[in-house]
Parts: sequence; structure tokens; C-alpha cells
Amino acid sequence: MTGTLENILQLTISGLAVGSIYSLVALGFVIIYKATDVFNFAQGELMTLGAYVCYFFIIQLNIPIFWAFLLTFATTALIGLITEELFLRPMMGEPIFSVIMVTIGLSVFLKGVIGLFWGYMIKKFPSFVSEAPVSIGNVAVSPAHIVTITVSALLIIIFACFFKFSTLGIGTRAVANDQDASLLMGISVRRIFGLSWAISAVVAAIGGILLSSITYLHPSSSFVGIKVFPAVVLGGLDSIFGAIVGGLIIGVVENIAGGYLGGDIKEITSFVILIAILMIKPYGLFGKEEIERV
Amino acid sequence: MRSGDFKTSYREDIAIFQTAFVKVCVLLFVIGLVGAVLVSDIYVIYIINLCAIATIGALGLNLLTGFTGQISVGHAGFLAIGAYSSAKLVEAGLPFLLALPAAGFIATLCGMLVGIPSLKLRGLYLAITTFAFGFIVEHVANSWVSLTNGANGMAVMPASVFGLTFDTDKSFFFLVFPIAVLAVAYARNLVRSKPGRAWIAIRDRDIAAETMGIGLRWYKLSAFAVSSFYGGVAGALYGHYMQYIGPNHFELYLSVQYLAMIIVGGMGTILGSIFGAAFMTVLPELLKYLPDLLRDSFPLVVERFADINLILYGLIIMLFVIIEPKGLYGIWRNVKTYWQMWPYTH
Repeated sequence: MTGTLENILQLTISGLAVGSIYSLVALGFVIIYKATDVFNFAQGELMTLGAYVCYFFIIQLNIPIFWAFLLTFATTALIGLITEELFLRPMMGEPIFSVIMVTIGLSVFLKGVIGLFWGYMIKKFPSFVSEAPVSIGNVAVSPAHIVTITVSALLIIIFACFFKFSTLGIGTRAVANDQDASLLMGISVRRIFGLSWAISAVVAAIGGILLSSITYLHPSSSFVGIKVFPAVVLGGLDSIFGAIVGGLIIGVVENIAGGYLGGDIKEITSFVILIAILMIKPYGLFGKEEIERV
Repeated sequence: MRSGDFKTSYREDIAIFQTAFVKVCVLLFVIGLVGAVLVSDIYVIYIINLCAIATIGALGLNLLTGFTGQISVGHAGFLAIGAYSSAKLVEAGLPFLLALPAAGFIATLCGMLVGIPSLKLRGLYLAITTFAFGFIVEHVANSWVSLTNGANGMAVMPASVFGLTFDTDKSFFFLVFPIAVLAVAYARNLVRSKPGRAWIAIRDRDIAAETMGIGLRWYKLSAFAVSSFYGGVAGALYGHYMQYIGPNHFELYLSVQYLAMIIVGGMGTILGSIFGAAFMTVLPELLKYLPDLLRDSFPLVVERFADINLILYGLIIMLFVIIEPKGLYGIWRNVKTYWQMWPYTH
């Protein structure tokens, strides 16, 4: 029986590592959704793009890792800002369908950009930590997984503090709550919108970097953006805490299902969960319910 | 040439052909198309056939998304179900004429199943549900190897009706064109009669619609049913035309393509579905000529052509939504109105 237990523990830990990346990408989703009411279908592409930008700075330009990271964050933030300004700003107040279509168009567009600049060869992303697994008790843990989990946890704490204590963070929450009222209180809604996209793009980039450092770099990584939908919906679309919990749950459940039921099942587990949640509790675990009877 | 509108009865207002002139135009278009098919080469006919298939699929999506306002990001799933069902049924010995509607009905069943959440969900949440559905179908097509032959895809027998086999481009046109005409006529009649008006009411405001006595449950589900039937038929035709189907034909990308069709063409219009289907089918083919023009000056353009295609695609979707949300149909109507009213523009 200990064998089974260890197996589950093992799967849980690697599930947590993947799950923490889901959480990060989900965090990016929620930041945009909370502030601007846009459900960004292009989050996965933003993530992959961020990883490629980082790859570009580290490998192609040979910039030291620390500066490369800073440059990556600056670039992706800029990309987020420009995207918002060019494509999402004109859509303010438009029906939800049009907004969704713009983000779907954006995802196709970014996919093309990534392919155009970096092609479709699998690239090895530089590993920041040793690859040899460390044993804790009877469970082998890869240091990369530990780093991933730690970085995600740190970021999540940072963002929690940002939204709780900083003026900008409080402004963002205010805009999420009521745009007109916050405009009247002297908050620049436009700036908050731009800011949310910038932050979200940076968070996505960090997720992309972490993901490609534990796996590899390929345009198809943006698929993770799709797999994050269940996480976001499970947690509740407008809840930061929910995004994190949702990401972790989906990561672990998916990994355990994959370990016991096979890789095929692994791929669709999260979507089956997604449909189940939508049928039973559409606003997720922590989401705000929109009360409107139909 | 007519100028302006003058109608004295409701019947006139909902007539399929508003004037005799329109009737003549449609007739000329049909004759012109058939004539073009008789004289043009295989490549042109191939594109026309694809347009016809896309029109059927786009009509289905437009009935659901454009008329009823239920966002579906999983239309490719219905096409896949239709394509595989029809291929399997014909393989099992069912005549094509029965297999085609049967495939449509199988897709309809799945469509109504997907439609059930729509009774509780709307907008964004429905988009995510249908999105997940499309993904699951694609994955099943990939993994259920005994049925679908997995990622390798499966060969499909060409369509044959009463001993006639439609295995060339030209002959297939004479199969797909009447079906497309039927599909357009049926959709046109649907939207100008009771169900269509109910759908539009639901799209505009579902609560108000229910107050007016429109059963949301029935009409939402029926929109899903009709839409997935159209999708299934389009998928089945596609399979029999290509004589080969694989999961990679029905990826998320195809759903996006269909959404692009109805957006570029015009949401909530029948004519727009046709415009959009033709535009989005012809455009990639036209783009193929682009590399020839640029080969010498920009070698990279040729090498990375597929990506440039994607970029243009994404841009077209975004720009149409932002700049001309009414789509090609809107442009078409503006131009028409301009000439009808000319020289008195107002």
C-alpha cells in the first residue's frame, strides 16, 4: 500500500508544479478579467510570446540572465500595453461576443508572430537549476519543480499585497468593482486598463519562462492557455485566490488522472471538469455570482 | 432598378425576393455559376465547392450565433461528428442519400446535448463550454483509434447517389450546389417565420423574449439543433469530397475560421453567411499567390508563409470586429443604398 501512497504523492508534487504554472497563467487571466471585463483567449499566446522574448534575450543576444529577465518583463509589459491600446480600447462597451472575437483574433495573430520569428523547432530553454532530482523521504522531487512552486508562491504573495495595499492595486480593484464610480473618484480608468494588460502580460511571461524551463520551448506551449480555462472557471472568473486554487487543483487532478488512467484521459480531464463545473456551479468556487434569472 | 422601399403589406416585407429584379439577379447568379463550373478548370471548381460547403457550415453557425446570440466556439466539433458519422455509415453500406441526413441528425443530438448548458449559461460561459466541447471532440477523434483510425485519419468513400458517383470536382459541384441552395432557402425561410423571429427576440433580450411568451428552453435548443445539423451536413460533405478525414481537419482553428466567416460576412444575415464563407475560403487561396510576387525581394516571406497567413487572418478578424462589425453584408448594403438613392443620398 505504501507504494500506492508514494505514487500518489509523487504525482501530486509534479502536479503541483504544473498546477502552479496554471495558477500563474490563470492569475494573468483574472487580472485582465477583473479590471476590464475581457476574457482573454490569447493568454496562452501571451505566455508563449513572453518565453520566446526571454529566450531571445538570453540565447540570441547573450545577455546575462538577470538583465535578460528585466528586459523581458519590460518588453512584455509594453506588448500588453500596446495590445490594449490598439485592439481592446476600441471595444469598450461593445457586446461580449465582439470582445471575445477580438481576443480570438489576437491569439491567431500572436501565433503567427511567434511562428514568423522563431519557427517551429523545439528549443531547449536554459535551465536555471540542476536537473538531478532530490529525494525527500521516498519521493523524488526535481529542483526545477521546487523553484517553480516557490516562484509562483512568491509572485502570488506579491500580487496579493499589490492589490491589497498599493494605490494602483486598490484603483484596479475599484475599477473592477464599478467603472463609473471609480472614474468619479479620480481614478484614470484608461490607465488601469493599460496597467492590467501590462501586468497580465508580465505574469504570463513568467509562467511561460517557468513552463519552458521545466519542459521545452515550442509554439504549441500556448496550449496551456487553453488548459487554464478550467482552472479559471473552477476558481471563479474574478477571484485571484480562486485562480490560484483552481490552477493547483486542475494541475494535481490532471496529473493523477494521467498517472492512473493514461495520457489520453489526462488531456481531457480538465475539460470534463470544466463542463461539470459549468453545469453545477457556473460561477466557480470563489466567483461573484451574477444574479439574473432567465 | 428599384429605388427606395415602398411596401403596403407585411407579406411584402417578409417576401424572400423583395422585387422581381432581385429574382432575376439570383437566377443570373445561379446560371453564371453553373456556366462557370462547366468551363473553368479543376482548381476554380475546387474552390467553388469548398465555398459551397463552407456556406452550409457558416449558415448553421450564423443561425445559432448571429440570430440566436448563443456564442459557439466549437462548431468544428459538429463538422467532425458529421464527417465521421457519414463516413462510417457509408462504409457500413448505407446509401449516401440516407447517410447524409443521418450524419446531420447525429450531430443534432450532440448539438442539443451541448445546448443544455445554454439554458443556464450565456455569453462568456457558453463560449467556454462550446470551446471545451470542440476540444473534447477533437481529442476523441484522435484517441478512439478503433473508430476513427486516430491521427492517421481515415479514407472516405466518394458520395454516390442512384449509381452516380460524385468523385470528381466537377461532378461534386452538382451534388453540393443543390444542397447548398436548399440549405440557404431553408435558413432564409426559418428566419422569416416564427422560429426565426423567436431566435432574434432571444438574442436581443432573453428575459423580454420570455415575457412575450417565447419558450427559451425550446427555442434555444432548437437553434442548437438546427445549427449542429447544418454543421454535421457540411462536415459530411467535406469528408466525401476530400475522400479523407483526420482529426487535424477539425481543430479549434476551424471553429475560429467559421466564426471569422460569420463576422466578416455579417452576423445575423443569411446573405452575410454566403459572403463570409466565400471570402474566407477564397482569401487563403489568393494569398497563395502572394509569395510568387515577393519571392525575389523577400525570401523570408515565402519560407514563413503560413505564419504570415495566420497574422493576416488574426488582423482581418480583429479589424472587421473593430471597424465594420456589420461585415461585408453591411458594406454591401451601404453601397447598394448609395446607388439606389443616388443622386439624393438622403
